[in-house]
Amino acid sequence: MAEGLRAYGLIVWMWTRSALAYRASFLMTAAVNFAATGLDFLAILLMFSQVDRLGGFSLPEVAFLYGTAGTAFGLADLALGSMERLGGRVRDGTLDTLLVRPVPVLAQVAADRFALRRIGRIVQGLLVLVWSVTRLELHWTALDLVLLPMMLLSGAGIFGAVFVAGAAFQFWAGDASEVQNSFTYGGATLLQYPPSVFAKELVRGVTFVMPLAFVNWLPALRILGRQDPLGLPGWVDFAPPLVAVACCALAGAAWRAGLRSYRSTGS
Amino acid sequence: MHLYATVAASGFRRHATYRVATAAGVFTNTVFGFITAYTYIALWHERPHLGGYDQSMALTYVWIGQALFATSSLMGGGFQDELIERVRSGDIAVDLHRPADLQAWWLAADLGRAGYQLLARGAVPMACGALAFDLALPASPATWAFFLLSVALGVLVSFALRYLVVLSVFWLMDGTGIVAVSGLSTLFFSGMLLPLNAFPGDLSAIALVLPWSALLQVPADILLGRHTGGALAAALAFQAAWAVLLLGAGRLLQSAATRKVVVQGG
Repeated sequence: MAEGLRAYGLIVWMWTRSALAYRASFLMTAAVNFAATGLDFLAILLMFSQVDRLGGFSLPEVAFLYGTAGTAFGLADLALGSMERLGGRVRDGTLDTLLVRPVPVLAQVAADRFALRRIGRIVQGLLVLVWSVTRLELHWTALDLVLLPMMLLSGAGIFGAVFVAGAAFQFWAGDASEVQNSFTYGGATLLQYPPSVFAKELVRGVTFVMPLAFVNWLPALRILGRQDPLGLPGWVDFAPPLVAVACCALAGAAWRAGLRSYRSTGS
Repeated sequence: MHLYATVAASGFRRHATYRVATAAGVFTNTVFGFITAYTYIALWHERPHLGGYDQSMALTYVWIGQALFATSSLMGGGFQDELIERVRSGDIAVDLHRPADLQAWWLAADLGRAGYQLLARGAVPMACGALAFDLALPASPATWAFFLLSVALGVLVSFALRYLVVLSVFWLMDGTGIVAVSGLSTLFFSGMLLPLNAFPGDLSAIALVLPWSALLQVPADILLGRHTGGALAAALAFQAAWAVLLLGAGRLLQSAATRKVVVQGG
């Protein structure tokens, strides 16, 4: 574990230095990254230029959901976003190179072509989050102040597990990397909107089957002083860290199973 | 002409080879269709008749968007990365020596790709949407025929825009920035995020005359039966005019770019 993290850190540092060598290009791609994620928020602003409420939620409330989901996803995307490239490495056989190095494969794949420019997404999410907090007149309790950072970190953990599980899936279906976009980008888009917008079955699905609701919906609704549409007991709002740990454990198991089943492409 | 038909057919076959990737794309389009559909239901619940659509028309618009997302390259892409890499590496010099026109060659290949993606990635998400929601799809075969014609014109405009982006790399040498910017503009001004009719006032009026509206907004409005008679002819003429203008601009820029390659010595 420690060895893997050390290797991850070294490879990340290498890619970061190489990206910073072309400073103008780095700044431009980071700005584009920032703008690309901002486009989602622009769509929400356009909607709110026509209405005052969406699913019973005001713009600052939706912005709070957007900011928490965006930041959590951005953290996971920065750390593990490169993993969606695994299918390509399986197809062209370059994964074999990683297998012979004395470093955990997960660390190598996760750090491969690490892109610091993805920080644009985190910055954008945080900006919207800060803006929403200044516009919402919330009465912050000590508990809420703990809940907010816990939510962002656990959310990043849950999305991180999705990235790892998606990569593990690519050991079997190398061409299917786009499926994981449904759960990563699709999940992040879903969580930007209040759960009251969606059909009950969909909300149940992302609570009990694919526990994305724990990324931000459940804890954020508590901070906003809103009922969750499924009427779950109150303690569930504090479950995200446990859910994140469980997801990571499952994703880790899937990764090991995937790696064991890997057969090189041969020639 | 026979040559370009062959190129188009091979473009079709090339994309048809990746069945798992196609299935993955269909799945993703369907998931995004569901997410967007629910947000539109909430929006049209607050503002019935926003942009002149009722709720079932708005939902139909969502699924037309998902069906055309890959076909009309609403986020850019397609042949772009491949051709840019050829410009960067200098392989383009070989292409320019071929007894075929560069623009027509890549247009034919892109039309083949679009044809496959309309069949494979368009039909299934649309069918899923029609099963899950109450859509306002027309019964008249003529409306569907005009819709397909409009989609084809939209693909021409989409290609012409992306080809201009590729040509700019002859001068920029690195396409990353401009590809990203043009992809975002396409996403926004095609009406993929929100129908252009539902944009606020002036922004809506401007967006509706820009070329990107030919990619999704015009075909969608034709299928939704909002253009009939003279308005239908005008809408198709609008698309055709942008296609001619942008393909023409591509030809001019291509000859300038070709001279540039020769000056550099390849």
